[in-house]
Amino acid sequence: MIQRLFLAALLLVGTAVAGCGDSRSHSNAVYMLVDTSGTYAQEAGKAQLIINYLLGTLTAGDSLMVARVTSRSFSEKDIIAKVTFDSRPSQANAQKRAFKDQIDAYVKTVRGTAYTDITGGMIQGAQFLNETGAGTKTIIIFSDMQEELDKATIRNFPISLKNIRIIAVNVVKLKTDNIDPRRYLGRLEAWQKRVEGAGASEWRVINDLERLDAIFSKS
Amino acid sequence: MTGSEYWMVWPDNTAVSVLVLLLVAMAFLYAARKPVHHLIGSLGFLISGPLRIGARWLLAAANDMTQRNKAVLLAHGRQEVGQRIEREFERLGAMVTRDLQGYPALQRKLLDEITRVEEDYKKCGEVPPPPPDWVEAVTAMANVKSSGNEMVQKVLGEINRSVTSIHDKALADYRRAYETRHKILEGFMPFWRSLDKTMAQVDKKLTGLQDSTAAVDGHMAKYEQINAKTDKAEHALTVSAFTQFAIAFLVMAVASGGAFVNFKLIALPMSEMVGAGDYISSSLRTSEVAALVIIFVEASMGLFLMESLRVTHLFPRIANLNEHMRHRMMWIALTLLVTLAGIEAALALMRDMLISDKQALLHSLATVQQAATDSWVARIPTAGQMLLGFILPFALAFIAIPLESLIYSTRTVGGVLLAGFVRALAFVLRILGNLARRLSRVLINLYDVVIVLPLLIEHLVKAPRAPAPGKSRRGADAEDLSKERS
Repeated sequence: MIQRLFLAALLLVGTAVAGCGDSRSHSNAVYMLVDTSGTYAQEAGKAQLIINYLLGTLTAGDSLMVARVTSRSFSEKDIIAKVTFDSRPSQANAQKRAFKDQIDAYVKTVRGTAYTDITGGMIQGAQFLNETGAGTKTIIIFSDMQEELDKATIRNFPISLKNIRIIAVNVVKLKTDNIDPRRYLGRLEAWQKRVEGAGASEWRVINDLERLDAIFSKS
Repeated sequence: MTGSEYWMVWPDNTAVSVLVLLLVAMAFLYAARKPVHHLIGSLGFLISGPLRIGARWLLAAANDMTQRNKAVLLAHGRQEVGQRIEREFERLGAMVTRDLQGYPALQRKLLDEITRVEEDYKKCGEVPPPPPDWVEAVTAMANVKSSGNEMVQKVLGEINRSVTSIHDKALADYRRAYETRHKILEGFMPFWRSLDKTMAQVDKKLTGLQDSTAAVDGHMAKYEQINAKTDKAEHALTVSAFTQFAIAFLVMAVASGGAFVNFKLIALPMSEMVGAGDYISSSLRTSEVAALVIIFVEASMGLFLMESLRVTHLFPRIANLNEHMRHRMMWIALTLLVTLAGIEAALALMRDMLISDKQALLHSLATVQQAATDSWVARIPTAGQMLLGFILPFALAFIAIPLESLIYSTRTVGGVLLAGFVRALAFVLRILGNLARRLSRVLINLYDVVIVLPLLIEHLVKAPRAPAPGKSRRGADAEDLSKERS
């Protein structure tokens, strides 16, 4: 009788131990879109600051991808650098150094583009983020959020950003916005409506680069 | 007639309608008085009965628990005091062997010294010989009157001269004798001192022995009280258990602080070994669990070490091992503990390196570069962490002692608290039961108050043929109640 009880207890403990592992992913994946169109290309230095902040904040097991927003951004060629940090902190630090070097090299050679395809970048970002299988997926858009597409480019269709946080950073005001602020507010509102309609879990705008900690804070 | 006036006997007169209905209701209530009384009484007993039975059962369980607690407490106390007496006897035996094994030699030395002192004392008692008997003849001669006779004077002069020379010689002899005696007495001194020292030694040893026997007596008295199962012994053991529990709890809290520091030291570097991305639960990383496991393994090794050293007695199997196996186990536990301490020191170093690397990375990411400091001061925290990592496992090993105290005292403290809780629960149930019974009586009385009018009429009708004095309605009620109670 005691032996049976012991075996049953052993079985229970075994089941509990086998089931106690948390299968959910706790890692972060960040896809950062850097707008290089027109005069906004001059802001690349600020983008570098944000990337450095991300490198300092993301930990082992997290993923980071940086892509540029060009005339047509739905292309792997626009990815500047991407990395999934090793689970060992020392290796992760080495990867971060290498990533920083890649970004530094890119910033020195950045050139402005004629059009701004934010939607294409977001579609590609969503694809990459979903592939990582990370627990928290974030697209950071470093742009003035003024999308300008050439006539041949088609982006007016529903996109899916399910369970992805969208954070617009450094959304600078354009000259026209200064004349009529409603244009700026309307632009942001339109984007909010669009990303929330696409299933994004959060929409946030961060203009103060001193408050970058809000990128990872839950609303 | 509206919907709300359907009950009115006289729709135009509410007061009369109410009065009529009240009278009718009263008549019905009066008619149903006895069954309703019984119903309320039965309900009261229905609620109070199980509650009282429950209270009685809980009280019995609490008493049973107290008895069992007492048995366990006394058994544990007997074992503990028995062990203490055993140890005291061992100590006493060692003391007797150590101090009194040289006692025959000491006694011989003492006797020799006393014999020598006695001999010397006797020598001191030898007085010089008394003056010769002729002294009396000389005295007689001295009394002879000279009356100027030259012959007599010459004889007397000769006698005087002889006597003077003999006196001088005798005096010199006396002086020499006293000098010799003084010398003998002076020679006494070291012997007296030695005697005094030896006696002081004997006194000290005997006093120590006496103290130890007094302690044994105290323990024996306690043991006898425990054997006699007196309340005093039980109370003393309970108080002692509470004190032990409090002390052990405090020490365990301090040890938990040490374990937390230890955990902080090795949690980060463990992520380098098992990876930082795996999670056991939403907030618990695998690396943190691995660090906790290492700490628990260290504590277990400490526990086995203490067990094999016979400091603690948590595992009878280890205590019953033969000496050879016990020693082997002790060395194995110690070796593992040292190895784990070494690993911890290495992990502490790795932690420092990882933090430094992270800091360097953050500085390289920052716009303003910080100047590197490579002085010996910067190495102090590293050395401190390594030292802490090496020492903490050994410090944690000692938690086996308070843990044992905590386990044993928790049995007593928990038992006392549980018995108290069960008693309190029994008290509450008893109160609730009584409350239900009293409430049923109050409801019965309230019912009678509602039908006071028919009761009054009944009283007036029955008054002329009332039973014998003392058999009042109240008395009848009391009878009813006693019947119900039975």
